[in-house]
Amino acid sequence: MTEVLRRYGPVLTTVILLAVAVWIVGLVVLPQVLMVDFSFRPMLPPAKIGGPEDVYTLKNYATLWTNEVHRAIFVKTIWASALVTAVTFAVCYPIAFYMAQVAPRRRLPMLVLMLVVPFWINELLRTFAWYIILAYSGPLNILLVALGIFTEPQRLSGGDVGVIVGMVYVYILFMVFPIYNALESLDRHQIEAARDLGAGWLRIHRRIAIPHAKPGIAVGCIMTFMLAAGSYAVPALLGGPQSRWFTEVIYNWFFEGGNWNQGAAYAFILLVLCVGFILLMMKLFRVGLTDIAK
Amino acid sequence: MSRDVQLDRVTMRFGSLTAVRDVSLSIGAGEFFSFLGPSGCGKTTLLRMISGFMEPTEGVVRIGGQDMRGIGPNKRPTALIFQNLALFPLMTVAENIGFGLEVRGIPSSRRKARVEELLDLVALPGTGEKKVTDLSGGQRQRIAIARALAVEPSVLLLDEPLSALDLKLRQHMRAELRAIQRRTGVTFIYITHDQGEALTMSDRIGVMRAGVLEQVADGQTLYDHPATAFVAGFVGETNRFTGTVAETADGMAALDTPAGRLLGRNPRGLGVGDRAALFIRPERLAVDGDGPNRLTARVSHRDFEGSFVNAFLTGPTGTLMVQIPHRGQSDPPLVPDTDATLTFRPQDAVALPWEGE
Repeated sequence: MTEVLRRYGPVLTTVILLAVAVWIVGLVVLPQVLMVDFSFRPMLPPAKIGGPEDVYTLKNYATLWTNEVHRAIFVKTIWASALVTAVTFAVCYPIAFYMAQVAPRRRLPMLVLMLVVPFWINELLRTFAWYIILAYSGPLNILLVALGIFTEPQRLSGGDVGVIVGMVYVYILFMVFPIYNALESLDRHQIEAARDLGAGWLRIHRRIAIPHAKPGIAVGCIMTFMLAAGSYAVPALLGGPQSRWFTEVIYNWFFEGGNWNQGAAYAFILLVLCVGFILLMMKLFRVGLTDIAK
Repeated sequence: MSRDVQLDRVTMRFGSLTAVRDVSLSIGAGEFFSFLGPSGCGKTTLLRMISGFMEPTEGVVRIGGQDMRGIGPNKRPTALIFQNLALFPLMTVAENIGFGLEVRGIPSSRRKARVEELLDLVALPGTGEKKVTDLSGGQRQRIAIARALAVEPSVLLLDEPLSALDLKLRQHMRAELRAIQRRTGVTFIYITHDQGEALTMSDRIGVMRAGVLEQVADGQTLYDHPATAFVAGFVGETNRFTGTVAETADGMAALDTPAGRLLGRNPRGLGVGDRAALFIRPERLAVDGDGPNRLTARVSHRDFEGSFVNAFLTGPTGTLMVQIPHRGQSDPPLVPDTDATLTFRPQDAVALPWEGE
């Protein structure tokens, strides 16, 4: 604090602090508080707002327990997000390990570029690309039939498969880079030492590489889960009526049902769940906040 | 069980670079063998080929008579101690030492007993539950040795493991390593650029330069009877006089050098007119002695080292070093900025082929 004051002088320091305060309070805290406040009030016509019926209630939260369809979607969103996280990890760990430990240094920029370039395109467009790839008469189906894996084209999009495939692709970077960062600091000699002592590849990963990369894996999983659980575009485009995502339900409450109070309650439940997931992951991986900040 | 290691015409190329060239060597079971050479001489590459992390481009590595081609480092009866030790920082000392046993599926009760045994062997009993990062450099060193010995290797490979330690600890660990080697009887193959380490610990030493094994012998032979000019210059201090062979007779050669005609042994059979270098150790040079080899040089300075004095003189061939034992008042006077006459016996000097400089 005194360091900031010494460097920028009293006037500039005040301006910086005020700007940060306005940003945090006005753009982060207040809207959230407003939404939380919304979520505990009943939906009323404008005339009755502030009247005797405008009292705090848990009714909006209770809706999720009474509405079976929504509850099913909520539960599905959680496990599907967990599944997306798991699949993304399974796809990204080998990539990250290859980049950090196997690939020659000079090939690294090319690899990173190949990973990043698709992300220069908007998420919506990338998702549309998968919409085409997964289409009934799309290239993937043609390929699978040509290879003899299927005898006839399959419905790949419009269901859970499409949603999960699309999400894994969209969130790859958020998983690859934290794990890559963690694995890069692993001394190659440790892997060699384990190998020299007789360990096979599976054990080397289980006992040496994965424990070392734990903070990175935790960060990657947390980010992927959060993004997956809060995703709207991918399930809306690649999913169908039977693979609805909880975010779509929230969206409907806000913009189609016009019930902001109900929507806010649902959104808040999702937020609490995500925070719960983060804490669970941190406990599971036995990592602290400081490990993650690294 | 200790086993021998045979290198049969082993060559390693990386693209156009030949890191190890045509090395053939037999290391006996239970021997303490050192590869000595400057950095980049190929000794680490050689070690990695024995341990299985690299396959030679040509030639065969045999351990206990068995061809090691296609056998990975995890399947070889060798254990490697890395230069930076490569202990597993997320594991306790006991887990580190027990890792190789864990890999072999040994139940934890037997593993524990074995770990205790090894901790006793390296004189660190009771440290099993400590974190590796809480140990000192010397202690970590011993844990690395214990971890490697836990898998009961036939051959223990050591890649300059003492280089990170301070001088005192290094000297202590030399004795310790030698003692452990004698106690366990395991074949030790030790890599170092430090001739002191190689000379004090090894049964035999292989001196390497630019991928070529220049000479294999015990320390004293290397010092007294170097086979090449490189070995003469690399092992121990020496004075060098380059010139041309003028005469040869009875295993001796006379060289014409800028310091005059000098006589020395001629083990490599140099002929008249060959380029050669004559090497003489600083402690074999005498002040004002007798004999055919005499040269005059100006004293520049002298370093008193306790039991001996190192004097540096400027002669016709550059700086000369003379080592004189310190025996009190009878030390020869070497007063800076005066001329002194140095002499040596022909049988103390050796003439070897010289291509360099």
